[in-house]
Amino acid sequence: MLEFVLERGNYWAIIGLMMIGLYTLFAATNLIKKLVGLSIFQTSIILFYISLSRIDGGTAPILYGKDAKGHGGGHDEAAGAHGAASEAAHGASDAAHGAADAAYGAADAAHGAASHGLEHVYSNPLPHVLMLTAIVVGVATLAVGLAIVVRIREAYGTIESDEIRETDLEVARAEYAVDQADEANPV
Amino acid sequence: MMDWILQIAPAFAEAHAPALLILLPMLAGPIAAFLPGGGRVAWIMTVVVTGLCTLLSLILLAQVRSIEGGAIISYAMGGWAPPHGIEFRIDALNVLILLLVSVIAFLTSIFGWPTIKAEIADGKRAMFFGAFQVCFMGLLGVAATGDAFNLFVFLELSSIATYVLVALGSGRDRRALPAAINYLLMGTIGASFYVVGVGFLYAATGTLNMADLAVQLQDVGGNRAVQVGFAFILVGLGLKAAMFPLHQWLPNAYSYSPSFVTAFLAATATKVAIYAMVRFLFSVFSLDFAFEGMSLALILAPMGIAAMLACSFQAIFQADIRRTLAYSSVAQVGYMLLGISLGTAAGVSAGMFHLVNHALMKGALFMAVAGAVLTYQGTRIHDFAGLGRRAPWTMTAFAIAGLSLIGVPLTAGFQSKFALVSALLESGWWWAALLVVFSSVLAVIYMGRILEAVFFRAPANPHKEHGEAPLLILVPLWILAIANIWVGVDGGFVYGLATDAAEALFIGGAS
Repeated sequence: MLEFVLERGNYWAIIGLMMIGLYTLFAATNLIKKLVGLSIFQTSIILFYISLSRIDGGTAPILYGKDAKGHGGGHDEAAGAHGAASEAAHGASDAAHGAADAAYGAADAAHGAASHGLEHVYSNPLPHVLMLTAIVVGVATLAVGLAIVVRIREAYGTIESDEIRETDLEVARAEYAVDQADEANPV
Repeated sequence: MMDWILQIAPAFAEAHAPALLILLPMLAGPIAAFLPGGGRVAWIMTVVVTGLCTLLSLILLAQVRSIEGGAIISYAMGGWAPPHGIEFRIDALNVLILLLVSVIAFLTSIFGWPTIKAEIADGKRAMFFGAFQVCFMGLLGVAATGDAFNLFVFLELSSIATYVLVALGSGRDRRALPAAINYLLMGTIGASFYVVGVGFLYAATGTLNMADLAVQLQDVGGNRAVQVGFAFILVGLGLKAAMFPLHQWLPNAYSYSPSFVTAFLAATATKVAIYAMVRFLFSVFSLDFAFEGMSLALILAPMGIAAMLACSFQAIFQADIRRTLAYSSVAQVGYMLLGISLGTAAGVSAGMFHLVNHALMKGALFMAVAGAVLTYQGTRIHDFAGLGRRAPWTMTAFAIAGLSLIGVPLTAGFQSKFALVSALLESGWWWAALLVVFSSVLAVIYMGRILEAVFFRAPANPHKEHGEAPLLILVPLWILAIANIWVGVDGGFVYGLATDAAEALFIGGAS
């Protein structure tokens, strides 16, 4: 049981952060604090994605060593590139290398497809890329939110959401009273 | 019937229509924000861009309908083949949403100029149109994309622009600002929940392409991670779609934002979120999963019914017309969810049919309100008393759309409610059908209150002698009002589109 809990330490941390963020968002009355809660909440999601991309013993997803050579093509050529890479290790020139690529490509495609023919283990880069986008979206949301808070401060003189609600309620009550008076004695 | 557009359209527009549809407003928006001339130039540009997008949507519609049963157009962004690249995937379902969004955007942007001139400060108008185009682009992107994460990005792009647009209502009423920040907080939670859900699906399947996800999920269906992902996605999109208990942001946002924004959002924003929900429910996940059948029956259906009843009741007690209509919007979302929750082709097509019709009537209603607000100020029912005699054209259109909202025969609302009730009866949910009728009676009460004041009460303020709304408002308003009657008399075309959309989900959706 303990092992089960400890093995998933990263997820517990993420859940904790997410709940702290959500709680702050709901419980704080100060609008800036609400936005801080929102940011914490979003950060926990970023961590969630990043920890998904982690692979045991994996390194940063930049091809190096033997993997790096002859890896000019797209995703589908990864299998063929393995054959080229082992050839290139013998010091072949670029021109010979190109020919080898074609020759080995077909032979390697069968067994290389499963492992992509890479020698090292790499973390999954895709979640990182996704999170770059999500970070940008989060920053934009935060910026718009802060800008609106500035405007609220100008219009209401406060950034406490319960005080704003109080003020709005008073206005609404006043409007209602005017309506009732008008209904009672029409012009 | 649609072939003429394929004959006159240039070849590049036909080949790249899905990309151009997004790119046009994406590029034009930032340019519009910096155009000089107090916003007039930016407005003309917006009208042109939304008009071109309408044409592009028509091209897509013609392409999809060129084959019996509906073609699927797959457009690989940047030439990167799916499932690794981002795919835009247009089928009978989302072409309907694309067409709806672009037509409504076109009509509202024509109508928008007089109200924006009155409500937005001189220096902000150009940027207002810039933000509007970004919002428009985001909504189109959500509808067009076939990639789950890409959908999140478009959803947030449109939402961020929407927060700005709502906040700009502060020139008229400062309560727009708290409404905007509440919308921002709730909307961001919704989008974040969605992204968490997509993360779980990605962890379980290793893919983000929706069509590919559908295939991969068949193998790992019972997985706990998939179930959790489903729950997060449902709640996240439910927040964006104003599903019943998650609708708290909507009434204020609709009541205090500029008239133009309300008319556009009420007709499109929640609709696009419902589309995304339908896409996930029936295309990505499928009814084969036990947990989905359960959540349809135990969550969507009760929430839809609760929305129908509770929000119709709330609408009765509002003093402000825009608030009444906003609560009614949440109630109408309930009808759509109820149709979808049946999980049958008839139910989903009734839901989509009502979705389109609701866009037509709410667009018209909010436009008419905007026209009246422009000339008379004030949005309370009290301020509208006696307007039927002062501005007969504006208010007649308002009445037509109002009757359509109630569901009077010969209007669009009747057709789609009829489709919904027959789908409910077909599935044996007669009690739900009764509740739909009951909630329509509630609609009679809240619309009746307004119509009574408009047509039968003495003018509240006899000193105001303005007449009709300007022609720029009247023309799009009447186009929508006539569309309501047209769909009501001959619903075949729109109902056919909705049926095709539902069938695309149930037959070709997964492949």
